[in-house]
Amino acid sequence: MRKYIFSRLIQLVPILLGITFLTFGMMQFTADDAVDKIYEGSVSEEIKLAKRAELGLDKNFIIQYGNWLAGVLTGDMGRSFISGKLVFETFAEKLPATIELMLVSILLTIFIATPAGILAAVNQNKFPDYLIRALSFVGNSMPNFFVGLLLIYFLALKLNLLPIIGASVIMPALTLTISMGAKYTRQIRAVVLEELQKPYVMGARSRGVSEFTILTKSVLPSILVPVITLLALSIGSLLGGTAIVETIFMWDGVGKMAVDAILMRDYPLIQAYVVWMAIIYVVINLAADLLYHYIDPRVRYE
Amino acid sequence: MSKKILPQLISAGALIFIAIFAQNLTPFDPYAQDLEGALAPPNSVNLLGTDRYGRDILSRIIIGSQTTILSALALLATISIVGSLIGAVCGFKGGKLDVFLMRLSDVFLAFPQMVFAIAAAGALGGGLFNAALALALIGWTKYARIARSLTLTIRKMPYIDAAKLAGTGSVGILFNHILPNIAGPILVTAALDIGSIIMELAGLSFLGLGAMPPTAEWGAMMNNGRSMLQTAPWVILSPGFAIFLTVAVFNLLGDKLRDVLDVKNKR
Repeated sequence: MRKYIFSRLIQLVPILLGITFLTFGMMQFTADDAVDKIYEGSVSEEIKLAKRAELGLDKNFIIQYGNWLAGVLTGDMGRSFISGKLVFETFAEKLPATIELMLVSILLTIFIATPAGILAAVNQNKFPDYLIRALSFVGNSMPNFFVGLLLIYFLALKLNLLPIIGASVIMPALTLTISMGAKYTRQIRAVVLEELQKPYVMGARSRGVSEFTILTKSVLPSILVPVITLLALSIGSLLGGTAIVETIFMWDGVGKMAVDAILMRDYPLIQAYVVWMAIIYVVINLAADLLYHYIDPRVRYE
Repeated sequence: MSKKILPQLISAGALIFIAIFAQNLTPFDPYAQDLEGALAPPNSVNLLGTDRYGRDILSRIIIGSQTTILSALALLATISIVGSLIGAVCGFKGGKLDVFLMRLSDVFLAFPQMVFAIAAAGALGGGLFNAALALALIGWTKYARIARSLTLTIRKMPYIDAAKLAGTGSVGILFNHILPNIAGPILVTAALDIGSIIMELAGLSFLGLGAMPPTAEWGAMMNNGRSMLQTAPWVILSPGFAIFLTVAVFNLLGDKLRDVLDVKNKR
């Protein structure tokens, strides 16, 4: 196990180098000059040249990348062009709000979609199955910004049930849950259906074990691994989704920060956002991988 | 079997027909402003109401279908063809090129797709083409992966060896024997992808990183009306439903196509 973890960590190194290189390169690709951006064209060329030297922008691309990479590792990612605040500080300050939003959405998704998926599978081709499948199809066909606006329109403006902006995590989390839960329900249903067809279930049934016991004692534990895989995979779309949903609901997390930064062309902030989101995604996937090595002996000894 | 997919093909075909002939189908000029008639709720003349410049929303949705649907399809065609070619060449040839391109796709796959697209669209400076380019930069990897693994499974088949013995060159084998045989699963993947590509493109436009005003694009239309959700909800909700219906139609088509073409999942 330890050897496996070590080898996986080693494999991460080139991926992380690739991520940082691509992120850095992408922002270098833009036509805007950082120093012009800082001074907005009101100072002489000498001052600009001095500032360029100070920021290391007169060096060649590889050296700039090296400096920036060192900054990523030490948490020194420069200052925002707009606010002048330290990039890493701004990012770290806003990250908890995004994590809170993600955790609530994931929990909501698990608690809504898992029972829904199981219910649909157990009642295959009966009314509850059709209803759940129809709902998850609808949820799957709606972009999250439309879901968010619909929730605002109906829950907050028409029914006055929930506060809209800033205060409560419920509306933005619900928005993410609807998009994510739709996919999740479908897949839980498929996994449970497959599991229910296996011989051991038939064996248990023929021994007179109740359906409820079969579900809770045998089927539920066996779908744990696919559920973890699904969660790890959906973290990717969740991380992207937070950018849009935070913007709609004025939720003060890193997603809204990034969208604002892009509209203001505040590149150091964007770089920090992209690189850290990718690192978080990679690490979560690795953790999921290690987790099912731990849970499922079949994976462990392969 | 092929009969059952007809309704899905017809509805998707109808949407594409509307998108192609949008110019001839709009009841009003989608760009004509009429400030006196601004923000009119849906009525017998403007069936879906007007926006804040008095432009007819139904006309804008119809013309917007062109932007949204056709650009999504063009993007999808590009990434699925380019991605599959790259994957097939990697799988067939192997070697250093394969290692390099697959490591490269590993790096792209390490980014959450929308995070990358938002940043790339921003770095490229916005606009519909750049938004599509941003999605393409990360989208090709999926097709390259699928095409590569499919190619690996058929590369050692006797008919490939036979073609080699018959003196067919690599290019000939690739185009005559490999690509036709891996086309099915790739087509299914692409069909299932249409909906998400439409949503992602519209999402970028919604954030102000895609189609720019006054271009009628569904995501951009929703973005422009965002502040009026309370006073003029039709401005936002109509394009929202247009996206939903379109994605639903293409998702149904994709699901059906998978059932028809995919032998493995046939029940």
